[in-house]
This record gives sequence, structure tokens and C-alpha cells, in this order.
Amino acid sequence: MDPVISIENLSVSFQTGSGLVQAVRGISYKLNPGEILGIVGESGSGKSVSSMSILRLLPDTARISDESKIIFGGRNLVSISRKEMREIRGGQIAMIFQDPMSSINPLIPVGKQVGEMISQHQHEKSRGEIQKEVLELFRKVRIPEPEKRIKCYPHEFSGGMRQRVMIAMALANHPKLLIADEPTTALDVTIQDQILKQLRELRREYGTSVIFITHDLAVVAELCDRVEVMYGGLILEEAPIDELFEHPSHPYTMGLMAAIPDLERPRSLPLYPIPGSPPDMTNPPKGCPFQPRCPYARRICASRVPDFISVSEQHASRCFLLDPDAPQDEKNPFKYRKS
Amino acid sequence: MAYIAKRIGMMLLALFIIILLTFVIEHSIPGGPFTSDRKVSKEVEEALEEKYHLNDPLPKQFLDYLTGILHGDFGPSYKYTGREVSEFIGEGFPLSAKLGGITVLFVLLASIPMGILAAVKNGKWQDMLVMTLATFGVTIPSFVIASILIYVFSFRLGVFPSFGLDSWKGYILPVITLGGYSLSYLARQMRSSLLEVMGMDYIRTARAKGLTEVQVIFRHALRNALIPLVTVLGPTIANLLTGSFVVEQIFALPGLGVYFVNSVSQRDYTTIMGVTIFYAAFLLAMVFLVDVFYVLIDPRIKFD
Repeated sequence: MDPVISIENLSVSFQTGSGLVQAVRGISYKLNPGEILGIVGESGSGKSVSSMSILRLLPDTARISDESKIIFGGRNLVSISRKEMREIRGGQIAMIFQDPMSSINPLIPVGKQVGEMISQHQHEKSRGEIQKEVLELFRKVRIPEPEKRIKCYPHEFSGGMRQRVMIAMALANHPKLLIADEPTTALDVTIQDQILKQLRELRREYGTSVIFITHDLAVVAELCDRVEVMYGGLILEEAPIDELFEHPSHPYTMGLMAAIPDLERPRSLPLYPIPGSPPDMTNPPKGCPFQPRCPYARRICASRVPDFISVSEQHASRCFLLDPDAPQDEKNPFKYRKS
Repeated sequence: MAYIAKRIGMMLLALFIIILLTFVIEHSIPGGPFTSDRKVSKEVEEALEEKYHLNDPLPKQFLDYLTGILHGDFGPSYKYTGREVSEFIGEGFPLSAKLGGITVLFVLLASIPMGILAAVKNGKWQDMLVMTLATFGVTIPSFVIASILIYVFSFRLGVFPSFGLDSWKGYILPVITLGGYSLSYLARQMRSSLLEVMGMDYIRTARAKGLTEVQVIFRHALRNALIPLVTVLGPTIANLLTGSFVVEQIFALPGLGVYFVNSVSQRDYTTIMGVTIFYAAFLLAMVFLVDVFYVLIDPRIKFD
């Protein structure tokens, strides 16, 4: 089965006052049809930048390197014309953004903003048809009293309701791919749960593939089929969701998991935050980006970026300690994995 | 609607306070309207005071004045015997308002596109050009601009007259002089406001819908960017419509500004008061209209 989208060697840098920020440093991944792929990482890991690159929604100061390829529908999205890109935006690839409070135009009724998505890509549709479709979409995302609500302005909606409007907008043209950039981060937990449930249902109904960007491993566990763990502009680990939680194979992933709060954990056990802070991306470390914070770091880790080492068929991680030749001593967290 | 009634009530209260203050200040400054270098006999002075009711107690004078205003009567001029202040306003204001109205149109039609162009071409030569012009417009006083315009276009090239409003050509130099500051100020505002809006999340959403840059600007950015502009629009329009002494003086136009400044130098008390109150009422009305206009363009603002 051909992947919906494949990202090959994507690098993105920003020109800033304090130098060139290498936000994304050559990442590659594929998304299979109908799949929900999670991209996990902390702020500054490059997860949002890499997803914005797909629709070229980055600010003017950003540059996608010439070697980067984003293959979608047989075309490289990095090099297609602006006009071709506009047809893909909102038509075949739609996006949901982090902050639903600021992502909708405050001066335009929500129904009209969703309708605009349809009219922009399906010129043949009449106003009446569009109105009917918008109502249908509002019902799908469970906005109560849609007939009344489509005339409302964004400020008359709660954060959760606005995010539903964003989802309705994103699904309006039945896109092949939906990119959700931290869509639940700004919402409280109960609303977050409803939105996630909604995304799952809609994926089933529309068959849309989803790239879900988040910093929250718990959300990933609930929603995604497969995960890419990003740090310092690189993908450090890639695994199906169950494998990732059963055999986390990168010290960074293990650190993230130790930092998830859990109700069943005895109160006497503290949460373990990862000490230190993410690397400065104007001058990223030469070796593994996590090495300065890694409790298992060795000398080799600072010398060069480790290649991917396969853990199982779909599971790979960039860590020298997974190498069969790595010393199997007390300071290797993976030593008991060896058969 | 209750909001509008309340606003009108507040406006009337503000206007009352302005009238009261103007009245009190005019009556408390030393010297009277008939003080002059020539000695006037006591009898003549008393006769004058009697004629203009200046010997009545102050509260009565104020009440009479207020009643007069309610009937559109700002009292007689102290300097021009037999002339009413409302006549001056009636003579001067239409000309000032016509010139001002044309200037308002010119300012709006030029500043908004200039601001948009500068914002869209941020950092390019178009932006530099607009910003340079706008900086000159804000910093150079209008009488300097007027002198340069007259020198170049009237004296050297002879294409536009240097005074009078006999044909459309007569309007060009006064309109540029009068509107230069507002034009520059609004163009700068428009530019910075649009630049700010273009960085908003909902603009990214609009781009993610597949809209062209032109659609993004005109459907999504422009209305949002105009909101801060509307705030300064009320006072600006009031300012332009009520005329400018400098412009009217330089181009020899008999507008309200000329009457006002002459009345000050001639200590024509009732004219000073009348024109001040007229200006104040006009400004209040424009600010009120702007507030109503706000509600029309921004659904987040409600009448309550």
C-alpha cells in the first residue's frame, strides 16, 4: 500500500537575530492510509515546524532545504507552484491548530468561515448547497442547535466548541490527510477527551489519515497507531504505539514516560522530570541531541548522531546503546532486552 | 438602544460641562470685551453693559446664554455691532466643512491603500517610499508644506492657484496641506495594524484553507486591521471638518478657523465661546458616531 505522504530528509531553518536556527535537521517518515501518526516532542523539538512545512505555512524567515522532499499524491510539495499548493491546502490536506481561541477570525460568523472552505475548493456548489453541508458538518462534530449556531460569532463559542468548528472546517472537503497541531493543548481535560473521541470517529467515517502533533504521551496512547518521538530537530524513536509503551527504546522516550503522572502510582514515588533543558538550536550538539541530559550517555554519544537501529520490524531508535556491540553493563538500560 | 440613549445623555452632560467651563473661564479672565486703549467714559461703559446684559448676576447670564444656545442663538458679537455669533458660524462652517469633507475623502482614499501597500510590501521599496512620505507628512508643519506647495505649483509651475476656491483646481493645494498630517498618520497606523493582523493565527487558518494572498488580505485581514484605525477616525474627521486656521489663512479662505482666531485676537468673547462650544459639540458627535460604527464592524462589541 502506498503511503499517503512521505517525508524524506526534511530540514528547516530560520534566520533570526541570534543566528540560524536549525529547527528540523533531516527527518523522514511515512504515513499509511487511515493511520493516525503521533509526533511527540517538547517545545522546540521541531514537531510543529515540520508539520507546518507540509503546507508551507511557515513564516517568511523559514527556509526548507533543497534536499527536502515531501511526497504527496506523486508530487513534491516542497517544489510545487503556489497555485498547486493552494489547491492542496484545505482541499486534500487540512489542518487544525493549537489555539482555537485565536485561530478563527473574530469578525466573521463561524458558519461562513466553514462555508468558505467549501466554496474555495468546490466552486460549482451553490450557496444553498454549501449552507446545507455546513449544517451537516456542525451536526457531525456535535455542535448543538446548528441552525442557530452557524450564525454566531467565534466569541460566542467556548474553546471546545471553537475547536469543533475548526474540525468541521478541516473535514469540509473530505481531505486525504488531516494535520492536527496540538489541537487539545489549550483545552481542559474533559473537553480534550471529547475532541479526541471525535477525531477517532471522524477518522473511521471519512477514512482520513491523521498526523497528530502533541507533547502529551498520554494523548498519544489514547489516539495514535504509531509514534515518532522528536527531539532537537531529529526523530529519535519510531514505533507502533503498543511497542513504544512496552519497550521504549530511547532514553529520551523513557524519560518522557517516567514523567507521566499516574493515579495508580504510589504517592511516595515522585514524578521524574528530565533534568536540564532542550538544546540551543542555533548551535545544536554534534552528537545525539539528548546526550547532555541523558543519564546513560557515553563518550561516543557526543561524537556523532547515532543512526537508527532496528528494534523490531516497525520499531527503530537512534541510540548507540542498542548496538549489539555496546557494552552490556549496569549503565546500559537495554541490557536485559538481549536474548 | 438603552445604550444609545445613555450615550446621548452622557454627551449632553459633557457638553453642559464644556459650556459651563467656557463661560466661567471667559468671565474670570481679566479685562472686558470693551476694554481698550482709549478711555471710555463711565456712562458709555454702563450703557454697553446694560445693552449686553453684563450687569445681570452671573448665574442669570449663564442661564440666558444656555437658553439661547438651545435655540441656536450664541448671542451677539461684541465687536461687530448688529452681527450674531451664529451668523459667523453659518458663514464660516459650510466652507470649512466642504473643504474638510473633500479632505476626509482624500485622506481615507489615499491613506488606507498606502498603508496596505506598505504592509504587503513590507521592507521593499514601496514600503520605504510610503514610510518616508508619511514621516515627512507627520513631521513637517502644515504651513511649511503649504509654502512649498505654493512655491512649486503656483509660483513656479503656475498649475494651481495660491488662493481662493473658484474652481476645482483651487481645492488641490489646501486639501493636501490640510490632510497631509492625517494622511501620513493614518497610513502609518494602517501599515502597522495590518502587519500585526497578518501575524495572527486566524490568518494562518485562512491560508491553510487555500485562499490566495489577496483573498486573505481583503476577506480576513483588512476588517480586523481597520478597527484600531476607526478609533482615531472620529477626532480626525472632526478636526478636518471644523477647518484649520493655518490653511484658511494661507490660502485666504473665509472659513470658521479664520473667524475663531480673529475673535481671540479681538477679544470677541461671545464668538470665542460660541465657536468653542460648536467645535466641542461637533467632536462629541463624531466620537459618538465612531462608537456606533465600531459596533457595526466588530461583533464582539455590544450596545451595553
